[in-house]
Amino acid sequence: MTDLTRISAAELSGLLADGSVSSVEATRVHLERIAAVDGDVHAFLHVAAETALATAADVDRRRAAGDRLGPLAGVPVAIKDVLVTADMPTTAGSKILEGWMPPYDATVVRKLRESDLVPLGKTNMDEFAMGSSTEHSAYGPTHNPWDLERIPGGSGGGSAAAVAAFEAPLALGSDTGGSIRQPAAVTGSVGFKPTYGGVSRYGAIAMASSLDQVGPVARTVMDTALLHDVIAGHDQMDATSLATDWPSMAAAATAGLADGALKGVRVGVIQELAGNADGFQAGVKQRFDETLALLSAAGAEVIGVSCPNFEYSIAAYYLIHPAEASSNLARFDSVRFGLRENPADGPITSERVMSATRGAGFGPEVKRRIILGTYALSAGYYDAYYGSAQKVRTLIQRDFQAAFEKVDVLVSPSAPTTAFKIGEKIDDLLAMYINDITTIPANLAGVPGLGLPMGLAPEDGLPTGLQLMAPAMQDARLYTLGAAIEQLLEASWGHTLISQAPELRTGNTRSAEGNN
Amino acid sequence: MSTQPVESTEPGESPEPGVITAAQVAHLASLARIDLTDDEIASLTPELQQIVDAVALVSSVATPDVPATSHPMPLTNVFRDDVPVPSLTVEQALAGAPARDGDKFRVPAILDED
Amino acid sequence: MAKANLMDYDKALELFEPVLGFEVHVELNTATKMFCGCANEFGQGANTNTCPTCLGLPGGLPQVNGKAIESSIRLGLALGCEIAETCRFARKNYFYPDTAKNFQTSQYDEPIAYEGSLTIELESGRQVTVAIERAHMEEDAGKLTHKGGASGRIQGADYSLVDYNRGGVPLVEIVTHMIEGAEADAPEIGRTYVAAVREIVKALGVSNARMEEGNVRCDANVSLRPRGSDTLGTRTETKNVNSLRSVERAIRYEIQRQAQVLSAGGTIVQETRHWHEDTGTTSPGRPKSDADDYRYFPEPDLVPVAPSREWVEELRATLPEPPAERRKRLQAEWEFSALEFQDVVNSELLDQVEATVAAGASAQSARKWWTGEIARLANVDGVSPETLVSPGQVAELVALIDSGTLTDRLGRQVLEGVIAGEGNPAQVVEARGLAVVSDDGALIAAIDDALASQPDVLAKIRDGKVQAAGAVIGAVMKAMRGQADAARVRELVLERAAE
Repeated sequence: MTDLTRISAAELSGLLADGSVSSVEATRVHLERIAAVDGDVHAFLHVAAETALATAADVDRRRAAGDRLGPLAGVPVAIKDVLVTADMPTTAGSKILEGWMPPYDATVVRKLRESDLVPLGKTNMDEFAMGSSTEHSAYGPTHNPWDLERIPGGSGGGSAAAVAAFEAPLALGSDTGGSIRQPAAVTGSVGFKPTYGGVSRYGAIAMASSLDQVGPVARTVMDTALLHDVIAGHDQMDATSLATDWPSMAAAATAGLADGALKGVRVGVIQELAGNADGFQAGVKQRFDETLALLSAAGAEVIGVSCPNFEYSIAAYYLIHPAEASSNLARFDSVRFGLRENPADGPITSERVMSATRGAGFGPEVKRRIILGTYALSAGYYDAYYGSAQKVRTLIQRDFQAAFEKVDVLVSPSAPTTAFKIGEKIDDLLAMYINDITTIPANLAGVPGLGLPMGLAPEDGLPTGLQLMAPAMQDARLYTLGAAIEQLLEASWGHTLISQAPELRTGNTRSAEGNN
Repeated sequence: MSTQPVESTEPGESPEPGVITAAQVAHLASLARIDLTDDEIASLTPELQQIVDAVALVSSVATPDVPATSHPMPLTNVFRDDVPVPSLTVEQALAGAPARDGDKFRVPAILDED
Repeated sequence: MAKANLMDYDKALELFEPVLGFEVHVELNTATKMFCGCANEFGQGANTNTCPTCLGLPGGLPQVNGKAIESSIRLGLALGCEIAETCRFARKNYFYPDTAKNFQTSQYDEPIAYEGSLTIELESGRQVTVAIERAHMEEDAGKLTHKGGASGRIQGADYSLVDYNRGGVPLVEIVTHMIEGAEADAPEIGRTYVAAVREIVKALGVSNARMEEGNVRCDANVSLRPRGSDTLGTRTETKNVNSLRSVERAIRYEIQRQAQVLSAGGTIVQETRHWHEDTGTTSPGRPKSDADDYRYFPEPDLVPVAPSREWVEELRATLPEPPAERRKRLQAEWEFSALEFQDVVNSELLDQVEATVAAGASAQSARKWWTGEIARLANVDGVSPETLVSPGQVAELVALIDSGTLTDRLGRQVLEGVIAGEGNPAQVVEARGLAVVSDDGALIAAIDDALASQPDVLAKIRDGKVQAAGAVIGAVMKAMRGQADAARVRELVLERAAE
């Protein structure tokens, strides 16, 4: 019998639609898988087994009654804990929100429910999405299914590890500086950061409002596209949401499977991110160059392009992001929700309780970035720091515009290295921050980015990722080309990348209805 | 709320430009309402210095002729109709409150008036 | 804070020149809040009008109320301001329990309206033009109640309670440039300016404009410049000045207080001061300091507002006549004395009288009814006159009196019927059978009865003692239960007596 955790969401949808599998069965096997492996992986902060089975049973009932259901109806999905859920605690990986039950669903969560997907639980993340390794979760790190000693990327390490460990076929992530694409790279999975405004941010706990974007995470380009179709679209609750009629991303991915889909496509290789720069691992560069060769062989026109201002993107990001975050996180003040902590001594006043709560409830990385953001916005420093960073943003947009006049799509490695060891870089701030060099430009400019596997690095046998970027609004183009490249790479390997992941130890290491 | 003129300080004119002191970290922490221990201040000060040194790079290309971009997509005039929608119930609104008194949120005594 | 520390007002003016500035906050009367769809209602149960956005819950996002933008533009235009071709919201960051997000979404260096002016006229006839620096949009804070301690004030309270119903209600803040040359008129300028702003927002219909409910709130900045000096003094900002009279008193108080401090060799601290209505004094709040580093930056959750010039011109076309001009015009049209006109203005019945005249009544009748009987009944019920009857109904009532269908006395009864919800005046006349009996036959029958029962009176009348007819007229009016025109009855009595 087919192992329902190993097949794609598209295949599972087919089995659900033709009645050969029930949603309850599909949900149960995923819950069993979580129970078996998540003690080691720790992808989930909360597993809602009973609710998930009840939702699945309801979908089965309605399918049996002949209701028209969406393409992913009955398929289990994991939700990054940055997205608020009315029936599951939402913590954003922080102690300050421990046990908080939101009174509402994020728009994307509502859309999942309206399309009859089955939420399995909430996935681990760096506290308030600040980090590239998921080591900054207040509830302990997530482990990379390829090597449990290693990080799964971040901030959405939980969602990436959940799909890579076959605990869920689909997951939602959020990407502010690479939090979907970089974990996809180091876990051998697929992730997509939509055009800014393509997916509603309402109910996504804001880190950096002008950079945050919610997106799909899966093991195949097609599955990612199917989930994208569920969550995309205009939302009046988000003023930055685009009133665009998006084409079907799944149809776009299907188009990529046709013969000759890559023929004549102009692929721009960003020289500044091509892997010659410092910090790029040799195996990453090797797989990237091999992929470019495959693309050329398939008829694509591979062109070098320069984006000279990308070198300033990390500096700009680490000003804009902390500045916006320092303001967005001000609401965690012990008044309306969340932790309240009294000062150790002295009078109990509102001011002192707020400070004590925030001192106790935020982890070191969050404190560091709030202080940095407060500094960047302070009178006397605004123009030099925040103001200048916003100008760099203009320069990066111009680099993208100039590049997209010459090419249809830009490519780079998704991450400069494969997964590093847990604890290896946690004390080296700049080394940690430099990890995001490849992904940050897309956030600053608002353009879409797709990350997909491009092979295992020869030196360590760990996954590497390819990033594709398109002009704003051209998300569909990335799915077409992504599906084509995925097909090309898998044909060259003779298998999917994820099938090479080592078997995880299974055992009753996690209770099914765990909370944090 | 008084309006103050927009601060327009060039980097070179800032008080001790780019130098992070422990006193400054303590001040920033109080602005951000975060209690920091002396140890935390001691470790944050050089860390922030390191980051500030790295990010100061932005001012080298942010010349006056470059406009600032605050939003990635150039939207304008996104308005909502002035039509009421249902609010949360009082119980939903107060469900997460660390402390309440009847239908109101309860907070410890406030020192400063605003 | 003892009053003993005040310098005599005239002496203060001899030594110092007062310089003023005002920040007036106007609460807009939109149906919903500034950034979410919660109802903008006064007096609801605590925390009933809240949602993830205005409660500052994680994940909440703002959505701009288009009607609030429209109201702000109209207000800006009425203040003679330029309307920005593009402007943005900004976050003003500060921690306070009534501010759910711990930042206020406001505008900073890009207000929607800027550089206007408002000319006001003082009682002396002196005209003062107040230059407006800007009018910008922002949101109100929630409401705090302080518990425990002695007075319910913040000082000494044990704890405080927060109701976020008002949090996120749209405000327009109108900021003046410095006002110099006010001299001894400074307090009156303050009162008249705030009254003029209030009148404008009311005429525009953009605010309920009730100061007692906090719809219009004034912060008054006062500084003193020593005579002969060209250096500005340090200013204080007096907050919570929420009635016109208080604006006047607070400015006068600050002039006297600051003059005393300065003359005694002291210095004025730049600070926020609080106005206390009960004692007529101000007391210091917190000093302005580094804590006022609000770290403004463009609101990343909202996109710029760029009103097209076509829209601005459309809105300009909707502006009502400026209240000051309208008053001048109406007083002339209605030929009211200054006293009569002021009576209407003070009773806030200008709109009602104007509408009643428009519906056909004479200006004097309209004035008489509104400021007389209707105002009296409203006062008894503790409501506003305009809530009792409509101008159309008053005009109908006046017409019935003018046509002789009703006497003034009957008119008052009809008014009561209208207020009691019995319908329009004509319907009340019909239902209550209140019309003047104009059927001579019925009157003659009653007169003949009265004359027959009072033969001595008849004799006196026939003897030429016409004043004796009063007794018969009285009897007839009584028989008619007042529903007769006394003058007609008198005519008929004399006719019948002569036969």
